[in-house]
Amino acid sequence: MVACRAIGILSRFSAFRILRSRGYICRNFTGSSALLTRTHINYGVKGDVAVVRINSPNSKVNTLSKELHSEFSEVMNEIWASDQIRSAVLISSKPGCFIAGADINMLAACKTLQEVTQLSQEAQRIVEKLEKSTKPIVAAINGSCLGGGLEVGVPAALDMMLTGRSIRADRAKKMGLVDQLVEPLGPGLKPPEERTIEYLEEVAITFAKGLADKKISPKRDKGLVEKLTAYAMTIPFVRQQVYKKVEEKVRKQTKGLYPAPLKIIDVVKTGIEQGSDAGYLCESQKFGELVMTKESKALMGLYHGQVLCKKNKFGAPQKDVKHLAILGAGLMGAGIAQVSVDKGLKTILKDATLTALDRGQQQVFKGLNDKVKKKALTSFERDSIFSNLTGQLDYQGFEKADMVIEAVFEDLSLKHRVLKEVEAVIPDHCIFASNTSALPISEIAAVSKRPEKVIGMHYFSPVDKMQLLEIITTEKTSKDTSASAVAVGLKQGKVIIVVKDGPGFYTTRCLAPMMSEVIRILQEGVDPKKLDSLTTSFGFPVGAATLVDEVGVDVAKHVAEDLGKVFGERFGGGNPELLTQMVSKGFLGRKSGKGFYIYQEGVKRKDLNSDMDSILASLKLPPKSEVSSDEDIQFRLVTRFVNEAVMCLQEGILATPAEGDIGAVFGLGFPPCLGGPFRFVDLYGAQKIVDRLKKYEAAYGKQFTPCQLLADHANSPNKKFYQ
Amino acid sequence: MTILTYPFKNLPTASKWALRFSIRPLSCSSQLRAAPAVQTKTKKTLAKPNIRNVVVVDGVRTPFLLSGTSYKDLMPHDLARAALTGLLHRTSVPKEVVDYIIFGTVIQEVKTSNVAREAALGAGFSDKTPAHTVTMACISANQAMTTGVGLIASGQCDVIVAGGVELMSDVPIRHSRKMRKLMLDLNKAKSMGQRLSLISKFRFNFLAPELPAVSEFSTSETMGHSADRLAAAFAVSRLEQDEYALRSHSLAKKAQDEGLLSDVVPFKVPVTKDNGIRPSSLEQMAKLKPAFIKPYGTVTAANSSFLTDGASAMLIMAEEKALAMGYKPKAYLRDFMYVSQDPKDQLLLGPTYATPKVLEKAGLTMNDIDAFEFHEAFSGQILANFKAMDSDWFAENYMGRKTKVGLPPLEKFNNWGGSLSLGHPFGATGCRLVMAAANRLRKEGGQYGLVAACAAGGQGHAMIVEAYPK
Repeated sequence: MVACRAIGILSRFSAFRILRSRGYICRNFTGSSALLTRTHINYGVKGDVAVVRINSPNSKVNTLSKELHSEFSEVMNEIWASDQIRSAVLISSKPGCFIAGADINMLAACKTLQEVTQLSQEAQRIVEKLEKSTKPIVAAINGSCLGGGLEVGVPAALDMMLTGRSIRADRAKKMGLVDQLVEPLGPGLKPPEERTIEYLEEVAITFAKGLADKKISPKRDKGLVEKLTAYAMTIPFVRQQVYKKVEEKVRKQTKGLYPAPLKIIDVVKTGIEQGSDAGYLCESQKFGELVMTKESKALMGLYHGQVLCKKNKFGAPQKDVKHLAILGAGLMGAGIAQVSVDKGLKTILKDATLTALDRGQQQVFKGLNDKVKKKALTSFERDSIFSNLTGQLDYQGFEKADMVIEAVFEDLSLKHRVLKEVEAVIPDHCIFASNTSALPISEIAAVSKRPEKVIGMHYFSPVDKMQLLEIITTEKTSKDTSASAVAVGLKQGKVIIVVKDGPGFYTTRCLAPMMSEVIRILQEGVDPKKLDSLTTSFGFPVGAATLVDEVGVDVAKHVAEDLGKVFGERFGGGNPELLTQMVSKGFLGRKSGKGFYIYQEGVKRKDLNSDMDSILASLKLPPKSEVSSDEDIQFRLVTRFVNEAVMCLQEGILATPAEGDIGAVFGLGFPPCLGGPFRFVDLYGAQKIVDRLKKYEAAYGKQFTPCQLLADHANSPNKKFYQ
Repeated sequence: MTILTYPFKNLPTASKWALRFSIRPLSCSSQLRAAPAVQTKTKKTLAKPNIRNVVVVDGVRTPFLLSGTSYKDLMPHDLARAALTGLLHRTSVPKEVVDYIIFGTVIQEVKTSNVAREAALGAGFSDKTPAHTVTMACISANQAMTTGVGLIASGQCDVIVAGGVELMSDVPIRHSRKMRKLMLDLNKAKSMGQRLSLISKFRFNFLAPELPAVSEFSTSETMGHSADRLAAAFAVSRLEQDEYALRSHSLAKKAQDEGLLSDVVPFKVPVTKDNGIRPSSLEQMAKLKPAFIKPYGTVTAANSSFLTDGASAMLIMAEEKALAMGYKPKAYLRDFMYVSQDPKDQLLLGPTYATPKVLEKAGLTMNDIDAFEFHEAFSGQILANFKAMDSDWFAENYMGRKTKVGLPPLEKFNNWGGSLSLGHPFGATGCRLVMAAANRLRKEGGQYGLVAACAAGGQGHAMIVEAYPK
């Protein structure tokens, strides 16, 4: 998403005003005269102020589309031509959204670089005209204003352009992006959102009038720091240093995998060094180049996938879940509790011991308190949210629960015991969800009196940061149960994929063969640090060895054993003995302070755990030189992952490739620039992947045998996962 | 409840403004002058079987003064004592028959946290009469009165003194938490070494003082800011607000000049009357800049209530006790109601919520009410409440009612001025509202008065006052 948004934001050193506001009451506006109806934009005139309202039809957000562009320039030309109009206000009719950025569909529809460049130039022309407008223009922004939307009047801040991060309104004011803030209104004579927009418009109109009458000056007072910075930037040497520094930082952060940020720097550089015309030209060309890249296609694909996975395809459940109970106050249980209470769900957190319960409650509190420190919550809101949580050791109150999520230890007999205990106390309509990463849900449901109410909800750790939720349905799970689980997940702010039951479901199953390969690579003598750098430079956010430490060596061992039993040779490769030995020595990863690395509280630097040397030495395998280049190592990992993902689609575990891509990227950190395993096959080419697999198959055997579906795609180049 | 809202830095502006206008001649706008509707209706009384009738024998208050003026060197219990002695003087009640004393206050002087007791002892009440202090923001005195009503109705007491006090000329400004901690630790330190090591931890920024909160604790929003947003939500214009404030000041001035504010007892010469009444002109008021939401807000110093010092006290009795003692009571205290709602967006809508509930409870309608006495925190707040009460949409969507509450007729509304003009000592306003309603019913004729107020925390109160038959 990062790059996607960032490309829309271009360097502009404009000086007009924008407001994020909502309302002042000016009573007597003279009647609006011209009211032409267009589809995206309509405008009316109040007194001598033109009010331009942006409202893309049939969409929750306004995006910069071709139609909007043309209507906008039409309207603006009328405004500039009119003698009656002395100033203008730009405002969105949609609550919570000004302009979200360029229309992704419009960009995706472009076949050539020239088309995109042309689009970009058209947009530039409008913005340039806005900048040079002789009549004051006030942008009244309510809610998200990103990408091209922001260009409508913002002296670009470099940091924001590069990361595409969102800024809160009060910060925007401090940064000088906006001139005035308007606070949201509460209920009055109309719904609050509606009245707030009206109010915003009213305030904006008074400002526009004030600007036109020269009662308000559009100049902002610059602070000392700002003045100094501005001065420093006039010295070429300083500028060069700044470019260098920024470029270095960007290269480090993106590892050269995302082309957009570097191009943005180029554009800014051109703009400053060679003047704005050259800057605009450079901008539109680079923008065109970027839209045509594979990365752009991959990221746009992810965007569409994410939109899809934010919908409940089962429809609305019969009964809303209002009371939630969570069993097990461990890392997962407490994490699930945190994302539930802050959405207003009354949540019971139950554990067997007071110590574990207390730790879990502390975790929830800390999660909320961190938001207070970042000023995302007030301490009062934190307390009030925290009051939604009840910690307890018994089953009191479970008779009111609408859903129970168990997050106890991954042990089938324990899960069975818990299920039976819970079913004795919960009401008939209550859903039993199991948060397991590998145990088949149908096996857990085997002891249930009502298997139609049993479902899997696989969260990812840390729950408050990881967006994915994998929901697992069995043959017997009812549609309403699924609808409820998805509804709860959406409420918790998750991106959701729904998969069929099976060992390891989708995500764990894809990860397992890759992990097996990780072990083999380590056994072949590749240093964990080197392995980490190979994986991160391929685009994974976390290195493979670090990932094992983060997940927990014991968990990895558990999964490897369980899935190894079911899938046999295909999941082989590395020797699971490595994990067994690590567990027996207490090297459980981050949680025990030692794994492949050593972890110390407060120490950021990671040192290798030298005690691992003897273990690795005892299990050493001779590397095969024909498949051990850096690139081969990367591809051995990725192709096993991709092959298993495609197999999941082939077997019907996955319903759609889109869900597979979202699951892999949001849950397992599959490189976003590649768009997910299925998009990767489409963009990289199935044939090339199959060739790779066959090469490794020759060296290692069946673990690398391409699955049928992948082979089919390789055989007929027209076959694509995304048409 | 208004002053809490003023950031302290605004005070000089507000008082300068006040001074400028206090010397202006009175300009009473005639169209706003309320026509006194003398009615002699006889309606049912609201007495309830098996519940004792509670009556107000009489009530008094000190003049309400702009803070920082003549009361500035007093302590709160001094003002409260003045109200109590005034009440003793006015009613000649023997001190020993008073069973209990209750006072409301908001910003507490830490030395006299039970200000009711300190004031009672100083006013010469029997040391055998217990006293307690209550706090409920701007409806603290209302709470003091209704607590008394409860004690009488339940047969625990026969004679109660209820009142309230606020002295905004002085507020507790504390050392910072760090400094307090250091001082407390020093207290406990046993050796010189320990003391020195503690003192070495002192940093200059420990000396930064901590002011009393001017904003709502739960939302961190000042009340003036909330009032401005409320006015905007209900589309109340600046002009409407200024007009309403002007009405309040004009009516207060008229009532003062005609000697209608009979509940005021002189504090001491020359402090004999309220000093915040300052009728001005709309043109002058229009010049003021917004005080909270700058630069485009609508709430200004001129259309808000000001920081006030003052105290009030009331003698409440069981009806049979009052009659046995030979009193002619002024009014009955009838049904009352407390409400609360969202402290962010509906902070000041208490009257809208409380009014229909108390009317229903008493079996009355808006038309039965002859005297409305609503607390005026801000013009914008009163007008927003009016618009809310007049809106079917609001009633349906936020109050769970099928139809709107209905608008109180302006000619019966705060006819002798209100908190905007008379002033608003937080803890004392409730008693002033009830006495205004009782005195108006006697003067203007009519049987029922309705008192309503909003308070910080999103709370509200309403009470029915019934005139005692002449």
